[in-house]
Amino acid sequence: MVGKWLVGTVATVQTQTPSGRSIVVSLPGWPGNIAGQHVDVRLTAPDGYQAVRSYSIASAGPSEMVELAVDKIPTGEVSPYLVDDLQPGDMLELRGPLGGWFVWKPEQTGPVQLIGGGSGIVPLVAMVRSHAASGSSAPFKLLYSVRSPGDAFYRDELADSEGADFSTTYVYTRATPEGWSVAPGRLTKDVLAASVIPASENPAIFVCGPTAFVEAVATWLVELGYPAETIKTERFGG
Amino acid sequence: MTHLDGNVLAGPLSELFRDDMTTATGRCAHCGDVSVLAEAVVWDAAPGWCVRCHVCGDVLMTLVWSGEKLRVDLRGVTALEIG
Amino acid sequence: MSIFTRGFSGRGRDNNPDLPPGQYLTEDFPVLSAGPTPEIDTADWQFTITNESGKRYSWTWDQLMALKIDEVGTDIHCVTRWSKLGTSWRGVSLDTLFEEVDTSYEYTMAHSYGGYTTNVPLADLLDGKAWIAFEFDGEPLDPEHGGPARLLVPHLYFWKSAKWIRGLEMLPQDEPGFWEQNGYHMYGDPWQEERYW
Repeated sequence: MVGKWLVGTVATVQTQTPSGRSIVVSLPGWPGNIAGQHVDVRLTAPDGYQAVRSYSIASAGPSEMVELAVDKIPTGEVSPYLVDDLQPGDMLELRGPLGGWFVWKPEQTGPVQLIGGGSGIVPLVAMVRSHAASGSSAPFKLLYSVRSPGDAFYRDELADSEGADFSTTYVYTRATPEGWSVAPGRLTKDVLAASVIPASENPAIFVCGPTAFVEAVATWLVELGYPAETIKTERFGG
Repeated sequence: MTHLDGNVLAGPLSELFRDDMTTATGRCAHCGDVSVLAEAVVWDAAPGWCVRCHVCGDVLMTLVWSGEKLRVDLRGVTALEIG
Repeated sequence: MSIFTRGFSGRGRDNNPDLPPGQYLTEDFPVLSAGPTPEIDTADWQFTITNESGKRYSWTWDQLMALKIDEVGTDIHCVTRWSKLGTSWRGVSLDTLFEEVDTSYEYTMAHSYGGYTTNVPLADLLDGKAWIAFEFDGEPLDPEHGGPARLLVPHLYFWKSAKWIRGLEMLPQDEPGFWEQNGYHMYGDPWQEERYW
């Protein structure tokens, strides 16, 4: 039942970016999760001091393995431990799955526009996985804004998932790949308008990433005519 | 520092409520806006979280942890309705 | 019962006698807030002490700057466990401001731009214990840290040093301000670890 802390064992860790890592936790009793949900992670120091933070789940569906991906905030208290210190075999306390708002279920058949900034990609990856695993033919598009190609989480997986019903458009804010025809720069309202499913197709929209990014994008979408009630947001602070 | 949104309330409020409260709607006691709690503005400076209405900015609720004990004050939100 | 996390120590608890119990030393200056940063132009800024008969004693920014300004070197302690030692501020002492104020009340409620409140006994604002501070570390106080001016009461936990201070309301008895109504301690002495109810 939600509210109870579960103890899992770290199965694998994998570097994703210079500051980020994905972590797979083996969690007996995990009921599985809907794409987009998160967990709370609790760390306890020897003197009893506890720190709790929320992290989106990259995996979806029934499983006893939970995949998280964490971006290190240098001045943070929890993320440096998860990215630099946590090792396979370590125990980790999780609570979840949490959240019923920022979620996508295969029963939703309409088009979906995913928009992520930095580590905001994590719950969106869960949605892409859920979409693929269910055989859904709902059109999915992803717009992913990152500093540079090396800062993209799950880059290979997203590339492998390209197909008739799913495509990714990248925006690089600081450094672009070799041969990229566009100069690096922040996402703009015009690029957003040109990259996303038109409002006339009534997409369900999910925006996730740093707070400033999410709010700028959500404001532009409303200005571009997307109804506010079709836009769901998840802010990661920063 | 910047703010988060009500999605982060899911875990803490599960200590008090059986159902996921982020999809519950609440009415802001100040401006009357009715929105899901997931859309609230959350200032999460521990040990006290301040949850504000995303329309008028007034305080909907506060969460304060003293050790492991959580105290939720629902002063600014009325008519919680679980969907 | 939770498990201990291998290798996690939180921020190290330092065995430094200058630190109150449960605090760690930081070189940063963390920003904590219950809401958005208000934008206050010093041209519009005013600080007001209101006494029991409703009499208002007000200072504009220019009037504040014309008063005796103290250089303050002090330690500060946040209830979220970080402490900064030897911080430097410039501000006007509450002793200077209260020279003109006629009151028999012994408690105050500090009010901030943006709506924040916190309660402080008058005795904890006087005798060189508190300032209206407008400079930190040789620079004008950053809005994120409470600028243009904040209350500075360093002998209590730093939530009592109200950012964006707008005024003090004299009270006949101690009444809880914003966080005190929601679970924080009425007084907040870091050396007694008075964090919560």
